[in-house]
Amino acid sequence: MEFLNVLLLLFILVCAVSVSLTKNLLTSLIIFMSQSLAMSIIWILLQSPDLAITEAAVGAGVTSLLMFVTLKKIHAIDIQKDAQGGKQNGKAEE
Amino acid sequence: MAKLRNDYENSFFGRLDRWIRGGGSRLEQEMERDLTEPAPESPLLSSESIGEREDAMYARHAEAHAKEQAMFDRLHNWSRTRGRKLMNALYALLSVVICLSVILVLLETVSDLPHFGDEENPINNEVSERYIEKGLQETGAVNIVTGMILDYRAFDTLGESHVLFIAACSVLILLRVSQERQGGAASQEKLDAEANDRIYEPKNDIILQASARILVPLILLFGIYIILNGHLSPGGGFSGGAVMGAGLILYLNAFGFKKTERFFTYKTFKVISFCALAFYALSKSYSFFTGANHLESGIPLGTPGAILSSGLILPLNIAVGMVVCCTMYAFYTLFRKGDM
Repeated sequence: MEFLNVLLLLFILVCAVSVSLTKNLLTSLIIFMSQSLAMSIIWILLQSPDLAITEAAVGAGVTSLLMFVTLKKIHAIDIQKDAQGGKQNGKAEE
Repeated sequence: MAKLRNDYENSFFGRLDRWIRGGGSRLEQEMERDLTEPAPESPLLSSESIGEREDAMYARHAEAHAKEQAMFDRLHNWSRTRGRKLMNALYALLSVVICLSVILVLLETVSDLPHFGDEENPINNEVSERYIEKGLQETGAVNIVTGMILDYRAFDTLGESHVLFIAACSVLILLRVSQERQGGAASQEKLDAEANDRIYEPKNDIILQASARILVPLILLFGIYIILNGHLSPGGGFSGGAVMGAGLILYLNAFGFKKTERFFTYKTFKVISFCALAFYALSKSYSFFTGANHLESGIPLGTPGAILSSGLILPLNIAVGMVVCCTMYAFYTLFRKGDM
């Protein structure tokens, strides 16, 4: 159990860092969602299932959905643009 | 506030200062100067000297212009290339330094906290003792957390649900698209919003619809279970309402507004929110007048563990769940279409 705890906490750390380092907003949003899910598992391990349910529903579900809608409203989700952006990023990394 | 005066020379103290230093009054000084120093004679200018002066002036102008141009170039170059690089590096460095220092401060604080689950912790006082020992008898709720937030501290939850409602209202004010004009034609804004709504997603996604057909009833049932079983098992109004709201949003995404408008419109939101909040306020707002003290509701607590037990907690749970569910759904629709 201790091992799982440490693993999840490390996962949250990695997620938190990569959310801020990711260029693509959609990707960072999905990472944020997964961080929230890991957080809800940690709540269960800390014996507060109430919080776990709420975290899963609000943190991973509704908040991310609202952010998705916002991204769409500001035209941040553009399929072609994303593909080009990905290529450019790849080139820059090479 | 006193009026600020900038001319010290002409102020009272300035004149006093001059007078003390032996200068007499200003008028006298000026008269004296006029007498002693005759005004300099203005020399008559020849056309040659005028030409020279003009040439010199032009030369100076050209020089200044060249200097300015060089300076501008240097500055521009600097800000475009080296300066920008330097500033970027500085920003990166500063952000890392600030982040690290904040992390250090937080870690330092965490290391000073009492150990998790320790017996001597300050949270282990008579309040939690009372909740744990007498909670079941006094509230009738097996789940101590729900007994706490909907009985002992019901006024807290009252405030929370109102905060949610107020948040939904402010989103409504900010994001709602203006309704149809009087002529019956939909306003351009609304048409734009609906067109924008369908830009990046296919209208009838088979995968989404097939999975939603299975998932939505399950999610809604689970949400209802969490709400109704709030006093017996982990969960309660807020979490159950959030789950139900998420299920409704999934249904909306899969089948579109035409289907959801059959059972959930702006009017439904208004009626449900108002009824739930009014019921909650009627049954628990007395706490604000009694100083958070308890009043006997007169409802029998029933046997602990049965679904119809623990007095007002079950209806309050349902009320909170309704408000949360409606608010989540309203948030989503308002964000997406600016309407319900």
